[in-house]
Amino acid sequence: MGPGTANGAGVSEAPWAWPRRLQPFMTLLRRELSAYFLSLTGYVVMAAVLFLLGLSFVQMLTGYNGEALEAPLTEVFYSTMFFWLILLVSAPVITMRLFALERSSGTFETLMTTPISEGAVVLAKFTAALTFYLVMWLPLLVCLGIVSLYTPEGSPFEWRTVASTFLGITLLGALYVALGCLASAFTRSQVLAAMVALALGLTFFMLSFLRGPLGEALGLWGVVANHISLLTHMEDFVRGVVDTRWVVFYLGLAAWVLFLTVKVVESRRWR
Amino acid sequence: MVHVESLTKFYGRQMAVDDVSFTVATGDVVGLLGPNGAGKSTILRILSAYLPATSGTVRIAGLDVATQSEAVRRRIGYMPENNPLHPEMRVREYLKFRGRLKGLGVAESRRRVDQVTEECGLTDVSRRIIGTLSKGYRQRVGLADALVHSPDLIILDEPTIGLDPHQIRSVRAMIQSLGRSRTVLLSSHILSEVEATCRRVLILYEGRVVAADTAENLRRRVSGGTVVAEIAAPLATLRECWTACPGVECVELAAVDGGYVRCRFEAAAGQDLRAEVFQTVVRHGWALRELTLQQQTLEDVFLRVTCKEPAAEPVEPEES
Repeated sequence: MGPGTANGAGVSEAPWAWPRRLQPFMTLLRRELSAYFLSLTGYVVMAAVLFLLGLSFVQMLTGYNGEALEAPLTEVFYSTMFFWLILLVSAPVITMRLFALERSSGTFETLMTTPISEGAVVLAKFTAALTFYLVMWLPLLVCLGIVSLYTPEGSPFEWRTVASTFLGITLLGALYVALGCLASAFTRSQVLAAMVALALGLTFFMLSFLRGPLGEALGLWGVVANHISLLTHMEDFVRGVVDTRWVVFYLGLAAWVLFLTVKVVESRRWR
Repeated sequence: MVHVESLTKFYGRQMAVDDVSFTVATGDVVGLLGPNGAGKSTILRILSAYLPATSGTVRIAGLDVATQSEAVRRRIGYMPENNPLHPEMRVREYLKFRGRLKGLGVAESRRRVDQVTEECGLTDVSRRIIGTLSKGYRQRVGLADALVHSPDLIILDEPTIGLDPHQIRSVRAMIQSLGRSRTVLLSSHILSEVEATCRRVLILYEGRVVAADTAENLRRRVSGGTVVAEIAAPLATLRECWTACPGVECVELAAVDGGYVRCRFEAAAGQDLRAEVFQTVVRHGWALRELTLQQQTLEDVFLRVTCKEPAAEPVEPEES
């Protein structure tokens, strides 16, 4: 018998087991992920990222020019600046669809009238977008592997720096994908969602540049600017330095943005 | 099944639903009827726990929609207006996704999807991509989605909007067959639709329930039908005879071909004049070649109930 067959007043809820409680989340996550591979957007984004990674690959190779460099491979990749381009542009494109499309097509209503909580919806969509974002970055591993094969012994494939780089990619991605979720939850237009997400992301990125001229000598604001500088954090990660402060910073900020997203999704209740 | 008590909803300062109360019994098929903007969709959205009410309570199967929202949502199947679907998914895949989302297990969702696919006549298209289906089939997918978790209450918002007459007929037939085993609440601004599918009707106007009854009762309440008869008798005699008759409120007489007179009787509310007319005719030994009770459609009822000034009621249109 289905769960809906119990009838009459005062029916208490069945004590759902953990996996049962998780089921709507997992179901939605699966659908959201498959939606990336059922639509053209997913493939376009992957192709574009692959192209940019290819460009950075070429730059890495010319950077080496057959000689050994002091810096680890990941730092060389980071110095090509393609990382920022991919992060800034791909996150809005990946996330713009999440809520805006559901709102404009009306499926948001069918989704929210199933027994799933707002929090689970936001988390499932975020997780799907982040997973796709990470899949999109996988070719970088191959690039790094190939470059390390063809460089002299000076720069072998160091899994530690690669791991910390991917940790950085994941953390910054989490923040940017969360920002994209928030932007998408605000509107029913995908274009607007992408623009807002891009603007938010660029603002964050631009704030990072405040660290240079201010410096630590300039008192409180200088210190703050240094602490929130994405550039500083990412430079640490590509060098293989995992600073737990930055890990907490990104996780906390992403969680806070997701919390805001849940509130925006709930806002239809008090508007 | 559904108990709505003094439900009120404001959108900002604008009132959409104004102190609405009604109940729906288990196994009933109830239609919300009203012009666009009467608050039908708002009420259904509140019932399906999509929007909260500004004030008032809604209980479905004894559960409060506001505080036990998830339990309520497990018990209702809701199809919103315009039936939004994911166009990139396949029918079967979509129904399974919806079933799993509504808490069905893997095996159970497969079984239920098989059942509703069959029930909604989707077997031939179960592998097709939803975006390529015709509107009629999409509507069936929406209905199948509303049914997939075997809910106690099915809420359909404008289920036949935008369909062609053939599709409307098949969707109506489906709703009627649903109504045999489940409680159905649907909204429509098309009167004939509610008349064809629903046992009870709630007429909404500007956010209020202005009438609630069975379709026949509503029809009867507004007017005891008009009876038309063609009788072969002298016009003056007929006039004399009918004005003396107590049940007849007013009568129009017009001579037609072959010595017959066409009579239009307006009866007092709730009365059927046919037997009386027949007996009078027999008593006088006149010939009778037509005796018809003109049914008031819900359309008439609706127009009267939602008419702002009932005093300015138009006279029944003349039939030449």
